[in-house]
Amino acid sequence: MTVRRLVRGGAVAGAVAALVATAGCSTPGDDEGGGSGGGGGRNSVVVGIANEPETLSPLLGYGKDGNSKIFDGLLRHNDELGLEPALATELPEVSEDGLTYRYPLREDVAFSDGTPFTSADVVFTYETILDEGTNNPNKGELDPVESVEADGEHAVVFTLKYPYAPFAERTVLPIASEEAAGDQDVNTGSYNTEPVGTGPYVLTDWSAGERISLEANPDYWGGAPEVERVTMAIIPDDDVRATRLRSGDLDAAVLPPNLAEGFADEEGLTTITAESADFRAVTLPSDNPVTGDIAVRRALDLAVDRELMVESILLGAGHPAYNAIPTASPWFAEGTERAHDPEEAARILEEAGWEEGEGGIRERDGQRAEFTLWYPAGDRLRQEHALAYASDAKDVGVDITVESGSWEVIDGRLAEDAVLSGGGDPADPDFQLYNLLYSELAGNGYNNMAHYRNPAVDEQLDLGRRSGDQAERAAAYEAVQRELAENPGYTFLTHIDHVYVMADAWDGVTTQVEPHDHGLGHGPWWNVEDWRVRS
Amino acid sequence: MSAPWPAVARLVGRRLLAAVPVLVVVTLGMFAVAAASPFDPVRRYVGDGSSASQETLDALRENLSPDGTFVEQWWSWLTSVLGGDLGQSLALRQPVSQVIAERVGWSLLLCAVAFVGSVLLGCALGVLAARREGGWLDRAVSSLSYTLQAAPPFWLALLAIWLFALQLDVLPAGGLTEAGEDTVTAGSLLRHLALPAAVLTISQAPWFVLYVRQGVADALHEDPVRGARARGVSERTVLLGHALRSGLLPVLTLVGTRIPELITGALLVETVFSWPGIASATVRAATSTDFPLLAALTALSALAVLAGNLLADLLYGLADPRVDLNEM
Repeated sequence: MTVRRLVRGGAVAGAVAALVATAGCSTPGDDEGGGSGGGGGRNSVVVGIANEPETLSPLLGYGKDGNSKIFDGLLRHNDELGLEPALATELPEVSEDGLTYRYPLREDVAFSDGTPFTSADVVFTYETILDEGTNNPNKGELDPVESVEADGEHAVVFTLKYPYAPFAERTVLPIASEEAAGDQDVNTGSYNTEPVGTGPYVLTDWSAGERISLEANPDYWGGAPEVERVTMAIIPDDDVRATRLRSGDLDAAVLPPNLAEGFADEEGLTTITAESADFRAVTLPSDNPVTGDIAVRRALDLAVDRELMVESILLGAGHPAYNAIPTASPWFAEGTERAHDPEEAARILEEAGWEEGEGGIRERDGQRAEFTLWYPAGDRLRQEHALAYASDAKDVGVDITVESGSWEVIDGRLAEDAVLSGGGDPADPDFQLYNLLYSELAGNGYNNMAHYRNPAVDEQLDLGRRSGDQAERAAAYEAVQRELAENPGYTFLTHIDHVYVMADAWDGVTTQVEPHDHGLGHGPWWNVEDWRVRS
Repeated sequence: MSAPWPAVARLVGRRLLAAVPVLVVVTLGMFAVAAASPFDPVRRYVGDGSSASQETLDALRENLSPDGTFVEQWWSWLTSVLGGDLGQSLALRQPVSQVIAERVGWSLLLCAVAFVGSVLLGCALGVLAARREGGWLDRAVSSLSYTLQAAPPFWLALLAIWLFALQLDVLPAGGLTEAGEDTVTAGSLLRHLALPAAVLTISQAPWFVLYVRQGVADALHEDPVRGARARGVSERTVLLGHALRSGLLPVLTLVGTRIPELITGALLVETVFSWPGIASATVRAATSTDFPLLAALTALSALAVLAGNLLADLLYGLADPRVDLNEM
């Protein structure tokens, strides 16, 4: 009687399942680790982040802007983004011609597997990244490097192809262990998931898709961190992340502003807003007869209501952007802010011969003032920016068709159509402006997507990156920004604040001005190793 | 009744042979789709907000893009798979075999618990509902089943988190262990498994409920049942011994056809609950057009479906002596 046997077996299994389920429910929350909300001293933190890194190996780009937790760079950024020595004992000595950088290294540092850190590891890291077989998408950032050589066990010398003033900013790049990573395939080897670094934390477990667990490195050369366990829980869905924060599962989380608002009155939780260099801007391609016209560019620049975008789209968590550099940055050219002025915009268009035509859309010599604006499909924030921009443009008689598509579709149209682009790296104005504006980079990969061409800007950009003199650099970037205000080949809209909600249980929590990318490295936990547990 | 083991072995053998052309077609189709796909793996590899130069992009394309037509790509993939090498995942910077080995166990656990749970729940509720067709219990169970059938699993998952984790605070909202713990203990595993497994069970159970209810209800009107009742056999024996037995037959075929749905449901549930299974890898592979990983996962799901069908046929054959395994 097979079926009856089946059914009986099923009944037994059902009883077991029921027992298991009861056992499962019977101990709610009595063995929670660092979870439960509220204040009080805690030596562990659980952070909810949206995106999981693909790799934890610096050789493929992990932690390239610093704050990697598991690794150290030669240098690091402080909360003001100033450079400080880390694995180097001091800031580099730069030669007169700006072509060689010498870093003396600490002698008392070991990797978490016990191997001592030496100049060979630095050479290995940089040479591997620059190797053409290494699939590191950010290797272009090290383009100025001609060679890197060991000067004995405890110093390295970089030789550059051309003088490059912001080079030291790039050396926050984490240093990998040659001993641990040297023998394997850099693109797929186990070092990607089992990194060995010198940093304040060591990886204890990476349960892919669930969480990354870090434990304090008791032998850290900078002193063992007080926060002993750091767990990065990977939760892609914003609502689920908010829910798990509310349930006490998480101590901190990255949240969009509308969800963060719901935590305003929650006891023991504080909302932290970090300014960022993460801008949203519309590219105005030079080769399009409408967007290439300086009058149209200037009119759009004045027609757009940035304050309203910050209020309505970002719910106040952001700032108006006038160029790639945030207004709060010391590099920002004071006085280049432009007020919302649709009347002046209309006047500029009239003056340039763009006459109002059918349906209120302007025309000049038979050319209608119209163009297409793309945004990447699924990006709600960019979609809202694009729609608001189109509506502001309509008010001054410019007709913008907003369309969405995947990057593959958009890539092919960058020369004629506008796109709602984003990005930003706060460390140096060269990182912000050069790739965006330099003529030779027009249409080169994802650089200068607007095909911006302005010899006056090029000259100052060259000066800014080659000059070793701080005052000269400041003047050059000020000139770039003023020139860009005169001929705005991009309409910069907003800089986006990154919003975090976290338990108020530690001292020393600060924020940096953050890049586009945030989550594991950037966020209020950028320096979790320096936090003090409140007693 | 002795089990027809030789026939079973022959059926399994035949199915294994039949699986070969199916897998060939499925994986070849997957490579054809990949070749026709407008998505650019290099763009995905580089990610958003990157300022990679043309030189970097060209170098990456050189390293990442497979050579030749899709048939050649498929052939070189196939030969390396037969040699035991599943290739390298672009999106996760790991060998594909490692990606699968690390995650498939957790997915299997979740799916198995949910599957067994939904079959048992389906049988129990189906029999109860069929016993008094049109009664209040039947009406409640049936309408609930139709409602749940229409409810998307991720919505159920969010609802379950809201209720059990937030309002009642009795079960964790996600993950495999307490967020701050590394070691997986049995107790904490059960607590964390409870919600995702329950959601998956509930999203799959309606099919079984409705099938069992219909099967049992029909069987109750058949001659053998009437005969048994006339002979004064107890209602319990009539219901479980006669009606359920014949009512279960259509359910056994359902077992096979529900496997793809189970996998799809598991993908959504795993994502919502941060369950470290194969789902996050699948979503990653698909959105970043990671074809080596996608090919392996596609083959794996095809195998799961074939295995489900085989299981269903075997059970059918064993349950119904009239069915000849040699003819399946």
